[in-house]
Amino acid sequence: MSPEPFLGQSDPAPVRHHILSVLVENKAGVLARIAGLFARRGFNIYSLAVAPAEGNARFSRVTIVVDAQSAPLEQIVGQLDKLVNVVAITDLAPKDALERELLLATLPVNDDSRASVLDVAANTGASIVDVNAVSVTVMLAGTPGACDRLEKALEAFSDVALQRTGRVALPRLGQTANV
Amino acid sequence: MQLTGAQALIKSLEREGVDTIFGLPGGAILPVYDPILDSSIRHILVRHEQGAGHMAEGYALATGKPGVAMVTSGPGATNIVTPIGNAHMDSTPLIVITGQVATAAIGTDAFQECDITGITMGITKHNFLIQSAHEIPRVVASAFYLATTGRPGPVLIDLPKDISQSKMEWWYPETIAELDLPGYRPELPLNDDALALAVELISRSERPVLYVGGGTLKSRAAAELRAFAERTKMPVVTTLMARGAFPDSHDQHLGMPGMHGMYSAVTALQKSDLLISLGARFDDRVTGQLSSFAAGAKIIHVDIDRAEFNKVRFADVALQTNVATALRAFDEAEAMPQNLDVWWKEIRTWQERYPLVYDEPSADGPLRPQHVIEAIARSAAPGTIVTAGVGQHQMWASQHWQFEEPGTWVNSGGAGTMGFGVPAAIGAKVGRPDRTVWCIDGDGCFQMTAQELVTARSEGIPIKVAILNNAYLGMVRQWQEMFYEERYSEVYLSADLPDYVKWAEAMGCVGLRAHNLEEMHAVIAQANQINDVPVVIDFRTDSSEKVFPMVASGSSNDDIMVHPLLRGGAQ
Repeated sequence: MSPEPFLGQSDPAPVRHHILSVLVENKAGVLARIAGLFARRGFNIYSLAVAPAEGNARFSRVTIVVDAQSAPLEQIVGQLDKLVNVVAITDLAPKDALERELLLATLPVNDDSRASVLDVAANTGASIVDVNAVSVTVMLAGTPGACDRLEKALEAFSDVALQRTGRVALPRLGQTANV
Repeated sequence: MQLTGAQALIKSLEREGVDTIFGLPGGAILPVYDPILDSSIRHILVRHEQGAGHMAEGYALATGKPGVAMVTSGPGATNIVTPIGNAHMDSTPLIVITGQVATAAIGTDAFQECDITGITMGITKHNFLIQSAHEIPRVVASAFYLATTGRPGPVLIDLPKDISQSKMEWWYPETIAELDLPGYRPELPLNDDALALAVELISRSERPVLYVGGGTLKSRAAAELRAFAERTKMPVVTTLMARGAFPDSHDQHLGMPGMHGMYSAVTALQKSDLLISLGARFDDRVTGQLSSFAAGAKIIHVDIDRAEFNKVRFADVALQTNVATALRAFDEAEAMPQNLDVWWKEIRTWQERYPLVYDEPSADGPLRPQHVIEAIARSAAPGTIVTAGVGQHQMWASQHWQFEEPGTWVNSGGAGTMGFGVPAAIGAKVGRPDRTVWCIDGDGCFQMTAQELVTARSEGIPIKVAILNNAYLGMVRQWQEMFYEERYSEVYLSADLPDYVKWAEAMGCVGLRAHNLEEMHAVIAQANQINDVPVVIDFRTDSSEKVFPMVASGSSNDDIMVHPLLRGGAQ
């Protein structure tokens, strides 16, 4: 079976996107401080993911994909660094980063469409995580590009409830990040 | 020792060396006002919270110490937002304490509730919403540390009423480590490579200029600046925020650059081959049209804030440090430019051809605002502190007063806050009671905040206010005259309404008025004799007077317009 009908061509995130892995104090309002800074300085955020860092209740790690065309990266990092609750900023160029993202999508299905949904899942590497008589939930944990391809493939179906997490990233082995 | 949160707050302020709080009480901050009665700290009761903020700024700019203001929640807090924004733009160390509704009521739209930490997030260096009485000492110590180190700025502390009423066991952080600020590194070691490159650029320069900004004052680098400038013989310009960092009487000082800067200062920047920016930020009021600003100059950018580098203008060398450290490092490395004789010859030509001039006042009036300022300055004691509002009078004050030392010029630069002058003068006088404090104000600015004259009189703060009353919002009028074909829209204020003498008298101050030269000299002499109560003088000045030189908004600094009296030649 050919995968072609289901594959998107390109990663819609811009070529000049950068991934900032930002260690922050886990305090009330920290996310608002970051979001507010981006808004008032006119920096674009493509995605943002937040979770407790390394099992430590004091800190959280915020992974921000920024558009380095909206403002020079140096300016974004410099302004972020001035936030008192920001502890450390790691800048990952896309080529030096391992990026992963999670996508969940629930689709209504009937006897006619179920097979094509399963086809999409098989061709994009997504797994079926929930199913009943009238709907299917698929999941993909993969590169942002893979998630994009799945999302594009799902455009062929109607009434899709789809959710993506935004990406998280770490340096590729052997690469050092700019701090 | 068991204390209430309110007592802990006041005791913490005492520990930080606070001698004055500018404030106004209200419901949510009420518990904190009780221990003030037992404190050594002087509380100055303002008539509007904006006044408290600007007074604290004036205090900070005149003394170099952080100013402290305290207000209640809701409208009390929102009324002080303008001073917070002003302090943020001008990097002024300011501590603002706001009352907040009780913790349980937060988020319920309770009476006089507002999300002041949310509102001020973008205009504070940092802010805190206190969660428990135990953390009050740490938050206060952190607030002072943040406000006064690195690039200074305003810090807000929001204190819920139930926390100020609850009990805590007294303690106070003894070390910076106890402040728990893992993300805050105000000082980094000087980068040796960048320093070496800077020294190299200096050594090659034939037309350098020291572009001195407010950061030079904030890092108390006036002595280092003078030593470096005199050793290297470089010309110096001081921005609006740096007036006083280098003596105006010094023959290497070209004055203020920018939109209303001295011709020689503006042009020296334009023609230079190396700008050494010392705590300046390439503000649009200085650069004019950016693409043509100092187009042939390399840039050595010294700033404590890395986000200033390459924000506006590409820096050939960026030195992240305070100005004093950088200048000492330049001196230790014996940084020395080429022979500057040719450069100085050129600069002297500009100075001779385009001095600061204005039309002679006629004896019968109206007065010339520049002449009034010079007359006040001539009769003022050395070290007199000058504050200003925002507009024409501010530019004339900066141009025509001779500033000789740091802390003598107190004004609103980045934000351009009209009404800053009177409350800032009150704060400056409280901080430096040994100094004479003159507020050079405009009639528009004066009307915005002059109710604080009541505060000045009742608290015994004898400031002197010179209103340059031209009956207009003068700077806006100037733009409408020059750029809107003299179509004057909503700028006329009337010279007689209000009656400024009666206003002063109603507020317990001495009110004086001058229409002509004789009266001008008489009232200035009279004002100088009064040292117990505030004095307000209504100087009737020429409405058509404009500020020159001028670089029109968005124009190149090469197209600077000099005063019409000088336009026979090059213009």
